[in-house]
Amino acid sequence: MNKHHDPASEFDAATGQSTTGHEWDGIRELNTPLPRWWLGIFYATIIWSVGYWVIYPAWPLLTDATRGVIGYASRQEIEDDLVVMRKDRAALASGLAEASLEQIKADPALFRIATAQGKAAFGDNCAACHGVGGSGAKGYPNLNDDEWLWGGSLAAIQTTLQHGIRVAGNNDTRVSQMPAFGRDGMLKRDEISAVANHVRELAGLSTAPKADLALGRKLFADNCAACHGPAGKGNQELGAPNLTDAISLYGMDLASLTETITNSRNGVMPAWGQRLDPTTIKALTVYVHSLGGGQ
Amino acid sequence: MALAESEDAPLFAPSKKVYPQSVSGPFRRAKWLILVLCLGIYYLLPFLRWDRGPNLPNQAVLADIANNRFYFFFIEIWPQEVYYFTGLLILAAFVLFLMNAVAGRVWCGYLCPQTVWTDLFLAVERAFEGDRRERMKRDEGPWTADKLARKTGKHLVWLVIAWWTGGAWVLYFADAPTLVRELATFTAPLSAYVWIGILTFTTYALAGIMREQVCTFMCPWPRIQAALTDDDALNVTYRYDRGDPRVSVKQATRLRAANEPAGDCIDCFQCVAVCPTGIDIRDGSQMDCIQCGLCIDACDTVMLKINRPAGLIAYDTDDNVKRRIAGQKPVYRLIRARTLIYTALIGLVGGAMIYQLATRSTAGISVLHERTPLFVTLSDGSIRNAYTIRLLNKRPDSRPFALTVAGLPGIRVETVGTQATADLRPIITVDPDSSREIRALVTVPAGIPLDKSQTITFTASDLFAGEVVTARDHFIAP
Repeated sequence: MNKHHDPASEFDAATGQSTTGHEWDGIRELNTPLPRWWLGIFYATIIWSVGYWVIYPAWPLLTDATRGVIGYASRQEIEDDLVVMRKDRAALASGLAEASLEQIKADPALFRIATAQGKAAFGDNCAACHGVGGSGAKGYPNLNDDEWLWGGSLAAIQTTLQHGIRVAGNNDTRVSQMPAFGRDGMLKRDEISAVANHVRELAGLSTAPKADLALGRKLFADNCAACHGPAGKGNQELGAPNLTDAISLYGMDLASLTETITNSRNGVMPAWGQRLDPTTIKALTVYVHSLGGGQ
Repeated sequence: MALAESEDAPLFAPSKKVYPQSVSGPFRRAKWLILVLCLGIYYLLPFLRWDRGPNLPNQAVLADIANNRFYFFFIEIWPQEVYYFTGLLILAAFVLFLMNAVAGRVWCGYLCPQTVWTDLFLAVERAFEGDRRERMKRDEGPWTADKLARKTGKHLVWLVIAWWTGGAWVLYFADAPTLVRELATFTAPLSAYVWIGILTFTTYALAGIMREQVCTFMCPWPRIQAALTDDDALNVTYRYDRGDPRVSVKQATRLRAANEPAGDCIDCFQCVAVCPTGIDIRDGSQMDCIQCGLCIDACDTVMLKINRPAGLIAYDTDDNVKRRIAGQKPVYRLIRARTLIYTALIGLVGGAMIYQLATRSTAGISVLHERTPLFVTLSDGSIRNAYTIRLLNKRPDSRPFALTVAGLPGIRVETVGTQATADLRPIITVDPDSSREIRALVTVPAGIPLDKSQTITFTASDLFAGEVVTARDHFIAP
């Protein structure tokens, strides 16, 4: 039915339609053109795209791309969004900056902001060692439990965060100084074994059958009780852990205890006050406190 | 050859313009009534107010997308309750099936939005361009100023109606009076204008220009209803047992005097002239027929004029036509397996929805076990799990909930940043019409034998209203 073709030469008798003149293996293609409106839209999109190329950045060049005549860049939209976001957050952040830790804890709105911001900051800065939810690992304290080396009050947590543990050159940093009794030759190997067994005895755990518990008790009193207390209950002022409870940072099996007494453990945490602003430290403090171990 | 013959036919028939003639009668009146009712509800419902108390929208029907709420008179639907819409859709499907079992494609003829708006647009067309003959004559004639004015006027009124249709639609998504003011002062959100534009275009195109083509070519329902209908469904039927053979009035009088057979149909084509889809009902029931009954009105008018009984075209079944030819009494069985099953299903789904609505709680609790860490051993050897609890308060006032947990000996719960009752149950106050997320710590004392995982139950009870909601989760131990 297409007028552009000569119906006499390219006419399909079976259907009464003209053909395109193409033939493959004796099969001829009927001329069934696309609807005009469809073609119209197709051509319109092509014309549209030309305008698009001119107006917007479109063509990649070797090291750059065409800029487009109106200078549009999605970068600008992001920056505009960031300005709006910073403005929105400034109000929230100023609330945190002005309030004390106790005030933040008491105000549900501030508390929600602080824990949300603290959680994000925790993921960025703390999760690498303490785990995503503060679950800790051997040598890295679990922040969800109720055992604190340096205290679990808001103020104590803030100090630990601000000044870190064993940070060189920071006068306020937390330092516990357990000697390396074996490495420094203060105790002999069998003495260390006796102390380790006594520590297990203190914690209510089984001791080795041939352990000299009397020797261990004496050595503990002479060497360890000053910091850990005569009953091994620990001292948060000195960062000395409670040896009698169900939690331990480095393990209470004989091998771990022997290692601890021989070489000591001197865990380190950065002083985050050098890297994070005071508001973020506050938010982190409230978040860590809210994990469940806060005192 | 039959095959070649069918292939000779063009791939599609060029559409011929349908000029429906105006008609009057009971079915036409029913259609006007339904039209006024449906469009009245659609255009005015957004302005109906419904007092829900402070801080809540007072629009009777409102889809509040921004706040994730849907308000329907006394019902307020939260996002997690969208199954009500599923129920409504199922219900709608069954009602449609039942309508089909009772009276064929009657939905198409009276209630379908396409039919209703097309009817309205046809009325506008008639007002500007006159009835069928006048329109046909003018369309064939040359373009004159009068013709141009009439056509322009028609399209303008169509556009106004279409624009109003789109405008009414967006009013269901925001406070109607406010939005009307914003629209008038060009301060409404861009999306409102875009949606009005889209719906103006679709209404104008579908109801004004495409009309019956939507029903015959675009709508899937005629195909589906062909599979759903049965011999007992009422359809607009030409009773050829009475109508054929078709002869003129004069000839019929002569034949009847001679005691020879003469049909009542006088081939006046009134049934075709009034048909909005342009078909001839005398060809039998067909896909294009929307069962609107206007041909019945037209035919009855003619029958009255030529002193023959009405009902040559009527809602009837093909079976009955055959029965009359065979000399039997026509029957219509409304109560049969199909209608009974559909009615029962409608009752079932509707009943379930009403039960669900009547017994639904205005509070909710959901519990999520925290995974890092799964459990914590405390210094005294007790085991603690942490949970994120979300409490829902669907009431318009602030409510305090006391949280308890049960399922293990000595188990207790505390929450972070809340107060507690005298018996140490944490109190969580949830703001009106909102939800609150809270961290809960559940502890089981040392010495309780624990599996790796055991089920525990959280219960939140409204301290004043007494409403209680529970949720179950697992307590994980080493």
